Amino acid sequence: MIEFKLPSLGADMDEGKLLEWKIKPGDRVTRGQIVAVVDTSKAAVDIESWQEGTVHALLVQPEQTIAVGTVMALYTEAGEAAPPPQAPAPAQTLAQPTSAPAVPAAAPAPSPAPASSTTAAAATPALARTRISPAARQRAAELQIAIDTLGRGSGELGAITLADVERAAQSLSVSAPAMPAAKPAATPTRADERALQMRRTIAAALSRSKREIPHYYLSEPIPMRRTLDWLAAENAARPIARRLLLAAPLLKAVAVCLKSLPELNGWYRDDAFTPSAAIHVGVAISLRQGGLVAPALHDVPAQNLDQLMAALGDLIQRTRSGRLRSSELSDGTVTVTSLGEQGVQAVQGVIYPPQVALVGFGRVTEQAWAADGALMAMPVLTASLAADHRVSDGHRGARFLTLLRELLQQPERLSEPT
Amino acid sequence: MNQDQIRATVLSELSEIAPEIDTATLAPDRPLREQVDLDSFDWLRFLVALHERLKVEIPESDYARLGSVDQLVAYLAAKTA
Repeated sequence: MIEFKLPSLGADMDEGKLLEWKIKPGDRVTRGQIVAVVDTSKAAVDIESWQEGTVHALLVQPEQTIAVGTVMALYTEAGEAAPPPQAPAPAQTLAQPTSAPAVPAAAPAPSPAPASSTTAAAATPALARTRISPAARQRAAELQIAIDTLGRGSGELGAITLADVERAAQSLSVSAPAMPAAKPAATPTRADERALQMRRTIAAALSRSKREIPHYYLSEPIPMRRTLDWLAAENAARPIARRLLLAAPLLKAVAVCLKSLPELNGWYRDDAFTPSAAIHVGVAISLRQGGLVAPALHDVPAQNLDQLMAALGDLIQRTRSGRLRSSELSDGTVTVTSLGEQGVQAVQGVIYPPQVALVGFGRVTEQAWAADGALMAMPVLTASLAADHRVSDGHRGARFLTLLRELLQQPERLSEPT
Repeated sequence: MNQDQIRATVLSELSEIAPEIDTATLAPDRPLREQVDLDSFDWLRFLVALHERLKVEIPESDYARLGSVDQLVAYLAAKTA
């Protein structure tokens, strides 16, 4: 019997509420398959299975809050006979967290234990996937409108939007004015609570970072004329939907430079650093309702800029609409934050544990630049590095920024996979 | 399509990208990105949506002229005329 546990959702997310199962007993599950949707304080996350087998029992019910490491389901392995359906064992493992949630204010809700694994299974039929924005989900909950009564939404790919929920509430109140379902939201709202909860989870992860990681900080102004000219020429030849943003070559350049500096790419856990051969770049993405998520783009060096641009666009969209995959939240080996969009010149970042480095980009500004005995106007980008002194020294960190500056003088080298 | 229709299209596409804003409160002559939290990805998605709705080519070299709602409407009106 294989125990499928709620996987890590990143350093600052230690628990989640099961929203729905995507599997039911008897289904065959393959590696990487999305088996459940779990709501965290930041987003609804598609939980991927890292094991293979046939679903024997689902041990957690929708609306239950569980900690990372909780056994969610049992699979039988290939060739393994399923135990008799009345097997009592699963009920005993129900919602026993193997690690305590970091945020004590949000203890797991008491779980209505199913009498046996078969009743649990019967109570949780596989639901059709409903696309809905986090804001709409909250509003629907406030208004006590069942999401599955809303039908197809007006958003992208039929996603239910906040406006759809408000319209449904309107029509409910018109057709049945006495129904309590359409009462206005009480204050404080669930959105406020959620924002507070997200602030707490960010605080928990970054307090740990500042407490445990001896950060050092470096920064370097990078002349951007070559990269920007190359990008402008590239984009002039492209239809608008295929244009590249500066973010794509910057992420690619960071990943390429990290290939020769393994001490900046990986995880520090249990007093030891494990470098990562793969370079999965976490991208700090701000959410419209406030807060921050840094999901990972996988294998960045292997992607060309078109692939990277598409992957980044998809990641931002899904982050903001609340459809991330569990691997994206747990796989990042380094993080990039670009606060230049907000107009600041430079960033001194906080490392996202268990990672050991964070690269920050400010805004491109035109500056007086002296080179080769002449003074000229130059677009300049300040790149910064926050890195972990337990793993690397300033000398190696400086090497990273130097490599980055040099690579951005040869932008054509970024266009192909490496 | 007249200017009012173009303006309505611009505001409706903007609401799709930034659902939290009230387009009625935007100052149409002020830079949009000072009033609405749009990152470069949002901005690109917004222009792609306008391109698709209005069948207008918007070269990157023109972005600098598209700061406010009024500028966008004038630009798109000239292009669709």
